[in-house]
Order: sequence, then structure tokens, then C-alpha cells
Amino acid sequence: MKFILSILLIALASFAACLYFPWWSIVIAAFLVTAIIPMKSWVAFIAGFISLFLLWGALAYWISDSNNNILAHRISLLILKKDNPMLLIFATALIGALAGGFGAMTGSLLRSIMYSKKRSLRTI
Amino acid sequence: MRIAGFTISLFITIGLVVLLNTNLILPAPLGKLLSPQQGLWQNAEPIDQDYTAKLSFLQLRGKVTVYLDDRLVPHVFAENDNDAYFIQGYLHAKFRLWQMEFQTHAAAGRISELIGPKALDFDRDKRRLGMVYAAERSLAEAEKDTATKAACDSYTSGVNAYIESLTESSLPIEYKLLGYYPEKWTNLKTALFLKYMSLDLAGAEDDFEMTNSRSVFSRAEFDKIYPIIMDSLSPIVPKGTVFDTTAIKMKIPSDADSLYYGKKDSVAIIERKPDKDNGSNNWAVSGKKTQSGAPILCNDPHLGLNLPSLWFEMQISTPSYNAYGASFPGAPAIVIGFNDSCAWGFTNAMRDVRDYYEIKFKDATRKEYWFTNEWKKTNFRIEKILVKGKPDYMDTVAYTVFGPVMYDTSYCGPGKRANNKYYSVRWKAHDPSNEMKMFLLLNKAKNYNDYYEAIKNLHTPGQNCLFASKSGDIAIWDQGEFPAKWYRQGDYVMPGTDSSYMWQGMIPQQENPHMINPDRGYVFSANQMPTDTSYSYYLGGSYPPYRAYYINRRLNEMSNITTQDMKDMQTDNYNVFAEFARPVILNHINEGELSADESKCLDILRQWNLRNDPRSVGPTIFVETWDSLQSVIWKDEFDKIGLHLQWPTSSSLLENILKDSSFLFLDDVSTPQKETLNDDVTKAFKKACIVLKNAEKDQKGEWAAFKDTRVKHLAKLEPFSRMHLPIGGGINVINATKEEHGPSWRMIVSLTAETEAWGVYPGGQSGNPGSPFYDTFVDSWAQAKYYPLWMMKESENNDKRIKGVLSFNN
Repeated sequence: MKFILSILLIALASFAACLYFPWWSIVIAAFLVTAIIPMKSWVAFIAGFISLFLLWGALAYWISDSNNNILAHRISLLILKKDNPMLLIFATALIGALAGGFGAMTGSLLRSIMYSKKRSLRTI
Repeated sequence: MRIAGFTISLFITIGLVVLLNTNLILPAPLGKLLSPQQGLWQNAEPIDQDYTAKLSFLQLRGKVTVYLDDRLVPHVFAENDNDAYFIQGYLHAKFRLWQMEFQTHAAAGRISELIGPKALDFDRDKRRLGMVYAAERSLAEAEKDTATKAACDSYTSGVNAYIESLTESSLPIEYKLLGYYPEKWTNLKTALFLKYMSLDLAGAEDDFEMTNSRSVFSRAEFDKIYPIIMDSLSPIVPKGTVFDTTAIKMKIPSDADSLYYGKKDSVAIIERKPDKDNGSNNWAVSGKKTQSGAPILCNDPHLGLNLPSLWFEMQISTPSYNAYGASFPGAPAIVIGFNDSCAWGFTNAMRDVRDYYEIKFKDATRKEYWFTNEWKKTNFRIEKILVKGKPDYMDTVAYTVFGPVMYDTSYCGPGKRANNKYYSVRWKAHDPSNEMKMFLLLNKAKNYNDYYEAIKNLHTPGQNCLFASKSGDIAIWDQGEFPAKWYRQGDYVMPGTDSSYMWQGMIPQQENPHMINPDRGYVFSANQMPTDTSYSYYLGGSYPPYRAYYINRRLNEMSNITTQDMKDMQTDNYNVFAEFARPVILNHINEGELSADESKCLDILRQWNLRNDPRSVGPTIFVETWDSLQSVIWKDEFDKIGLHLQWPTSSSLLENILKDSSFLFLDDVSTPQKETLNDDVTKAFKKACIVLKNAEKDQKGEWAAFKDTRVKHLAKLEPFSRMHLPIGGGINVINATKEEHGPSWRMIVSLTAETEAWGVYPGGQSGNPGSPFYDTFVDSWAQAKYYPLWMMKESENNDKRIKGVLSFNN
């Protein structure tokens, strides 16, 4: 449940952040969400990864579809040297996913430090 | 342990962001570029994009409504002229901003700033030619005229209004890819754009090559291979016309025989040059030759073909005028088009208005130069060239009475060679003039007199200005402010130690060649010589004769002309040069020496209908044979000389061998035996057969595939270009489509009561490669199709062609 919730929250926060801030604000969005919601760090990575993969993939797909893939044809040739819009959308999703995943993992690891500190303080 | 895990994860994350946000390791900042909310995806326009919007700008004085039609052509209705120019600037920027800035950066020698040191030679060339100097001087002149200044100010303000509205996500895609940001537009940028056109159209000459040729050939040989007039010439003003050209009496310098015509030293300069085929066709027929009884005007300027296109189609309507046509993104007004009273168009005048003088400096500091018996002080202009990823490059350019010392010990054209001489360039485009005023006035012209007053403002680049009106007039002026030259003045580098070789004056405007309502019922130009040698000023320049020859023949024999006839003529693939040159090949080939395959090729050539049609193999064989023949005839002698030279033109070669079958250059000097024209033709033909055979292996034997016409993106990005277009035509053909060069805007205007106009250009209205309007017209253009040009009336605002309405107010 926490897993699904964090996927949704990361996607929502990333989308909102990118309305005002540079693209890498997705990393901060993922970081903040997993710094609040407790998860194992590898689970957090997967949540961030899936969240941004879906967000960026869906956005790119939707934009490209309403463009009849005109630009994606040209850009995939330019960047990937292959005329393949789906591959470009996949690459977009993957890049977002990696950034989101590592952001989320870092957030989760920070939380575990803070949490363990709190716990050790209490035992004194 | 937990802290270590966190730290590692943090570093990986930061590293990843840096990796994806910069091009330190990856060739591009992939995260930034592919981010769907800010990067390239934002340039993918929905195919059913609704452009309708309401915008307000304090700079406007009244309301402006822009109707965008189904081809994305804006029809601008403004309450006053300056509001219209503001909106024109806004629209140019909205659809073409990157191109506008890139072209003016190129004009100003600022490409290194964007792509690094590989553009340094290109930039130095522009700086040393004084492109910015020229633009500054023109702008100062233009701004003296209040109407021009107001138009430019409004236009600039409109461009900037759009730039200010840009966000990171709405930035044109090229800025995102190349990683920079647009700067503010200025009137100087508009002036720079016009100088860019001057460079393209009035920047060509062969002074250095000709100086080298003069140093090796006798005067008789030289005049034979570089004649100043051609037998096949059909001039703009017919042969036999008597000219009243007496205003300026030119005096050939007394020492010209020894210091000029007979001088034998060579030069090391190799120039960067505009395409020698920058030219155009235009013609107008009077009502007595048309079916409707109204004049028809046609124009197709041949220029480098690019995406985004040089042209942007639009209509501008204000209470003072209503004009439609092709505009230059970067400058106000309609450039080639028509209004409710008349139509106008241009071809390049091809005159030589760029000459070189050899300068004698006192020493290597270049502070003083010898001129008219004294050491004169040099002016210096320091050109600071920003280079991406490298320190700034400072170029100190010396200016003499002639102009900038373009070539010296530090720069002698692209590449590196030893040169210890100094050459100052005298270029007409450096002189102050206000060409913008011509366009502003032409847009409003109601009759011949208005047109004539307008074109007087055109000094450089000289153009054949064509005119036709609803009142029935047709006219052409070979217009520009041209130097009055003596015989072969400026064909070679001239001595620069005194004023005796300077231009002695400008030809008075009224002495420019022209024709108004001739009895024959048509006027035309196709970059041919404007007159024969009875015109007393020396014309200089290089003039292709064949398109003009054919246009003259066609117009002469045509009657009852319709716009369909004009479309057929403007896209005609007939190769009139081949009509003259093919017999030379067929009559001189040694058929006995041909293999079975080669004989088959010869049959194809013999049966060819002389049309450069896309699916035909005949033009491939002919063009390749002619090119090989030029090489067989000239290469041996010219290579042996070891200097940078210019081969004579096709017309020179053809006319020489037609007149003299024992023409001196026919012999191959690298062999002991003596070759004849038959040997050369046979050799050339065999070479052509090999080329064709190889091409056919790749299915590229047919003319369109062989020629391989393309319209390339300005930054040469192939996925943003249109490659392998199925189009015929070529050099010396009315449809003058070469590999990357050709008819850049085809326009036909029938001046009937209700104007009937047609047009097409190889591009699209949007400069955005992510827009469905990016290359909309390319296929139609290649297939010789036209679009009806809709001169919209504001009452037609419910027409189904209208796809969006932009409403502007203050």
C-alpha cells in the first residue's frame, strides 16, 4: 500500500515540480516522498523508478501521439540514429526512471539514518 | 554503515543529474532534452493545434487581427502600418525565431560562438569583409528616414515581444539542442540580414582567379576563354537598343597596359564564395499576350534551399495598403508579392560590385599605407570573435580609403597558405543605402510611378526589378547603384597606391538598363547580361545566358497565355543548353571506339527529348558527359599551371569549340600525341558511361536520383532535412533545381480585376521540426504543384480555410 501510495505521490510531486522548476526537480520530489514514507531503500528505488518511468513514459507517449510522432521520428533519428519513436519514448521513460529511482533511494536512506538516530537517542 | 550507504546513493544521484544535465560525458544533456515537460517533447505540436489566442501589447496603438489559414499563412489586418510591422515581427519570431537569429549570427560572423573553433574561418571571413561595418552604415542611413525607422522599430519590438514571452519549454528546438538562448532583436540585426542577402547576391567575383589567369595566358588567349559577351545572349534590353549613357566619362589609367592588363604576378588568395548559381527567373507578359487581357507576372528566385525556408508567406492589410507575398523572417514588409494594384519580383543583376586593391603598407604594423604620394594613416577595427569552449579571438582589421583589408598575412581565405600581400576590398554593400524603403514603398505601390520611386532606393544588391499592374503596364529595371567601369575594370586585383584605379563614379539611376511596355508584349530576366556591348559602361560580373535564351524564345512564340501556361513554363525542364551542346557530342564521338554498353548509352543520349525530367536517364548521360568534357579539356592545362584558377564557363567552352574545332586547349598536354575534339568527346563520354553504370548499380541512374536534390536544415541536421526529392531540372533549365539550390519561391500573379495568384516554396510556414507545418510545401514544390494565394478580405472571416484567429490589442 505504502509502495503504491509513494509511486502516486512521487509522480504527482514530480509533475507539479516540473511546472515551475528544472527537470531534475523530479529527483527532489522522489527524495522528499521517500524521506517521509518509510520503505526499504531498494523498495524505494523501485517505487521511484516505476513512478517516473510511468510519468515520463506516459507524458512522452501522450505528447507524441497527438503529434502523430512527427518530432519523435526526427529526434530518434538524430539522437538514437534509429527512426523509432517508441524507442525514444522508452529512452525518455528510462532516463526519468533512473533519476527518480536514485532520488527515491537517497531519500529513503536519509530517512533510515534519521530514524536510527532517533532510536539511538531514545535508548540513552 | 547507514551513513556510508546514504552518501554513496547521494553521490550517484548527483552524478546522474550532472551526467544528464550537461554534455560533459554524454554528447547531449539527455535528461534536460528528454524531459517531457520542458525538453524536446514540448516542441512536438499537436497536429490539430488551435492557434487561437487573445494577446495584448502596450506597444500597439490599435487592434490587430491575424487569421491563420489552413496552410498556416497569416492574414494580418491592422489599423495602422506600424502595428502591422509589430505583428509581422511577432509572427516571424513565433514561427521562425531560431532561423532569424542564426542567419544574422552568420552574417555578423558569430557562428564560433555557437559551435566552436570549426567556424572560426567562416566568422573571420564575415568580419574581415566588414559585414557588421556595412550593416551599421546602412542602418544609420535607413534610420534617417522616419518611416523606415518607425517600421524597423515596430518590427524589432514585435520580435522582442515574442522573445520575452518565451519559457524554457517553449524555446525553439535548436536552442535546446545547441544549448543557448535567444538574445534581444535589434534593428541592426535586420540590417545584418539584408547584408547577408547582399553577400549572397552581390558578393561574388573572381578577381583573384582572373588575376592568376591573366598572369599565365596571353591577352588573346584570355579574351578567348573568358569572353565578356556570349553569342547566345538574349539580353534584358534587346540587342540593337541605343543607350543614352553619357553622364560619366571613364578614363582608363594611363599605365593600365603595364600595371593592369599586362601585369603578370599571381596571387595566393582562395576566397569563400556564395553559390555561383544564385540567380532567378522573372518575366511579365502584357495583356495583349494573355487570354484574360490582363498582365501576368512570374518570378522564381534561385537560392540555397533550406529548412526553415528563407521565405515566410503572409498577407498584410492596413488602411494604407494590402499586400501578399513572401517575406524575409528578419525584416519588415513583403519582399516578392503583389497588392491590389500591382505585382513585383526580382532576379539578381549579377554585376561585379566587389573589387580588390593591393595595398602597400609601410611596415608589418599596418599603421600607414602608401596612397597618392604619401603615407596615409590606417583605421583599425577590432573584431572580437567569441569561440565556444575557447578564449576569444581578436582580429584587427585595417581599413584604407578603399575599405577593409580583407586578406593579409594572417588571413587569405579558408585554409592556410603563405601570402605576404595585402588586399583591400571595395564593396558596394559598404556604402550607406536604405533598401528597406524599397520594400516598404513597393508594398504600397499603386502604379508604375510608385514602383519606380520605390526601386530607386535599391543600391545593393543590384536586382532586375520586375513590375506589372492592373492598369496594364509591364516594366523591368536593371536596378542598383552600379559603379561606372572602364573595360575590364575590377576583373583583376587593382593597384591601390593611388586613386587612378578607383571607381570613377556611379552610373546615374536613369541610365540603368530598363524596358517599359515594349511592343513585343513581354519583359524578362534570368541573370543574363542586361545589354549587349553597346551599353557604354563595362558590366563586369558573370552571366549565364541559356535560361534567358529559352525564356525569350518561349515568350516570343506564346500567345493567349493562361496562368496554367505560366506554371508549365516556370517548372519547365527543357535543357536548352543541351540543344546546343548535344550535337557537339553526337557529331564528334568516335563511335567505332565504343563498347556495346557505351553504344547503348549513346542511343539513349541520341533519343533523349532534351528534358531534364526526373525519371529520364538522358540528362544523367548528357550532364555527366559535359562535365567530363570540361574536365578533359581544361584540367590538364589548368592543373599544370599550379595556381588557383577558374575554369571558363560552359558557354565559353561550347562557343569556342563550335567556332574552332582545333581549339588550342583540346590537346591533352600530359600525353605526347595530339588529341582532337573527337578524342576528347569520346574520352568524356566513356567516363560518363562508367559513372552512369556505377550509379545504376545503386538505382541512381535516373536524373532525379542521380542529381539527388535535398532541402537541408540550416544547421545541417539531416533528420530535420528533406532528402532525395524526386525533382528534375538543373543548371541552364528554367526549373533551375540543383542538389541544394533552386527555385526558392515560385510565384505567378495574373493582374485581372480579381487577382489570381499562385505560389509555392520548398518549405513550410513553421520553422519547428515538430510541427506538421514544418515541410508542408516540399512535396508539392517537387511535383511542380502550386497553391492558390488567397488575398483575404476581412469580410471573409468566416471562411472555412481559417483555422485560427490571433487577436491583439494594447
